[in-house]
Amino acid sequence: MRILFRRARPGPLEYHRRWPLRLVMAAALLFLYAPLVALMAFSFNDSRRNIVWHGFTLKYYEKLFANTELMLAFANSLTIALCSTLISIILGLSAAYGLWRFRFPGRTLYQSVMAMPIVIPEICMGVAMMAFMARTGWPQDLVWPFNLGAIIIAHSAFSFPFAAIVIQARLESFNRELADSAQDLGAGEFRVFCDIILPHLRPAIVAGGLLTFTLSLDDFVITFFTSGPDSVTFPVKIYSMVRFSVTPEVNAASTLLIVITVALTALALRLQQRAAAGVPAQ
Amino acid sequence: MMQRQDDPIIRLRGVSKRFGTVQAVDAVSLDVRRGEFFALVGPSGCGKTSLLRMLAGFETPDAGSIEIDGQDMNKVEARNRPVNLVFQSYAVFPHMSVAQNVGYGLKISGCPRDDLQARVDAALRLVKLEGQEAKMPDTLSGGQRQRVALARALVLRPAVLLLDEPLSALDAKLREAMQLELVHLQKTVGITFVIVTHDQSEALSMADRIAVMQAGAVRQVASPSQLYDAPACRFVADFIGRINLFEAVASSRIPGRIRINSPLLGGIEREGSAEGPVTLAVRPEKIQLSRMPAAQPGWLELCGTLTGIAYFGGYCNVYVDIGAAQPLMAQITNAGAARALELSVGGKFWCSWRSEDTLLLMD
Repeated sequence: MRILFRRARPGPLEYHRRWPLRLVMAAALLFLYAPLVALMAFSFNDSRRNIVWHGFTLKYYEKLFANTELMLAFANSLTIALCSTLISIILGLSAAYGLWRFRFPGRTLYQSVMAMPIVIPEICMGVAMMAFMARTGWPQDLVWPFNLGAIIIAHSAFSFPFAAIVIQARLESFNRELADSAQDLGAGEFRVFCDIILPHLRPAIVAGGLLTFTLSLDDFVITFFTSGPDSVTFPVKIYSMVRFSVTPEVNAASTLLIVITVALTALALRLQQRAAAGVPAQ
Repeated sequence: MMQRQDDPIIRLRGVSKRFGTVQAVDAVSLDVRRGEFFALVGPSGCGKTSLLRMLAGFETPDAGSIEIDGQDMNKVEARNRPVNLVFQSYAVFPHMSVAQNVGYGLKISGCPRDDLQARVDAALRLVKLEGQEAKMPDTLSGGQRQRVALARALVLRPAVLLLDEPLSALDAKLREAMQLELVHLQKTVGITFVIVTHDQSEALSMADRIAVMQAGAVRQVASPSQLYDAPACRFVADFIGRINLFEAVASSRIPGRIRINSPLLGGIEREGSAEGPVTLAVRPEKIQLSRMPAAQPGWLELCGTLTGIAYFGGYCNVYVDIGAAQPLMAQITNAGAARALELSVGGKFWCSWRSEDTLLLMD
């Protein structure tokens, strides 16, 4: 009977069942996720201070939703994310399709330059954007939502390459005979694009869109440099709240952001997997 | 202007196409007759697919003219040509149902809905896919997807249907059934078919006429039996079916008559005119085997050792070493007197055939 319950000794390649690797894993999990779990847990803590657990409450979420400044920042963030996602998809789709469809001089150069915003440090992007906006005299005092224009432009600039790369990867698996065939049946270039290529790209467009949406939603550095006094976003607002004190309200706000970002990222990953798996082979 | 029925439906004149340093198609001129089943065959890289893509409008010729149904196609885009192409990968749209695939071309042309429905139904009946309208392509077999591709092209009633290696992706049994069906389909709809294939036996069994291509050029255009029995050159003889080749030298003393001397076959007299190196050839099924010399007047005979037998059920290919670089191949049916022959490797056999079955090939 005992033999049934005793686990076999780890095999030669089962490193994950030996103690050194388990220790490293535990440490990694502890340092990576314990703070996040604590942050989320203390957002339900019934105390002004974030040190001792006093009991469960939802009152900081109530306070959060009653905080008009924070809610405005949240609305700003959503608006910016939505607009920059739309722009990123249009730009990313055009760039990816253009690079795929046409051979032109400087194609490889453009391909690498396009991906620059992914590797350039955000702080440089932020400073450059700020300098650019100041130099061009971008109007600061527009009514909502036009006061968000500068941030939307900055966000689109750094996030469209992500959309382009996801769409490009999907285009690689496109069977060009499908496009030729549609043309042969009488479709013009635009119809081929709408009827045949777009349906093929749809999972990549959705995945790329969700990716850029989350990138925009939780971006701090670039936003910090491009936002004015009236165009504060959610992450920037949280930052300013933390500068006074880390209240459970901040915890609640952060928890909200984490939940939205994680949910959207998970969705994006799933769609991307489907995009990579592709349509069943012909 | 009315088109005359006996005008060719496709007229190619000096069509050339170069890809980089490769001359894919080299000054091809040929006519395809109205309503015939025409095949373009040749080894891979001979330019047959490039030629087909030029007919469909996906490549532009560097030189020459393409005329389809009496119209010059030089300036006509692929989508406006009176031809449709069945792609090698079938290119069935994966996000559309069978009916949507077949109706796609009609939808684009602005065909009214009732008419579209009726024509799609008729096309699906034609390719025996009735009842599958709502299926998605990923639930179909390879053979069914090909039928969808065929119906999708035929429903537009093109003047010419182009088929790019249509049977290469099917397994052997299905391929043979599909060969018969394609021929039947072509006779039913009466549309000119132009098929590209690397498989000469496929072309022989299906086509009314065949163009054999080599290195971008058309070497011969003829009916299957003409190609087989009277190949115009050594390449065609070797590419179509199996054949035994003998080097020889021709000389002409009397105008109109030549004498061909071959180290193995001796001297043969023929009508015609030729000078210099030529090739003599004989098809394997023309050769008879016997254990004794059986020389009759007007027959050629060689003696050799049997080196191999490849058994195919209904017939065998027998290889006899006659002292040449290549063994002589004879095809022996497994019926009648041949069964009494008791073929065995190492045995001595006399191979004989009629002198007039010997083909004279110029290059």
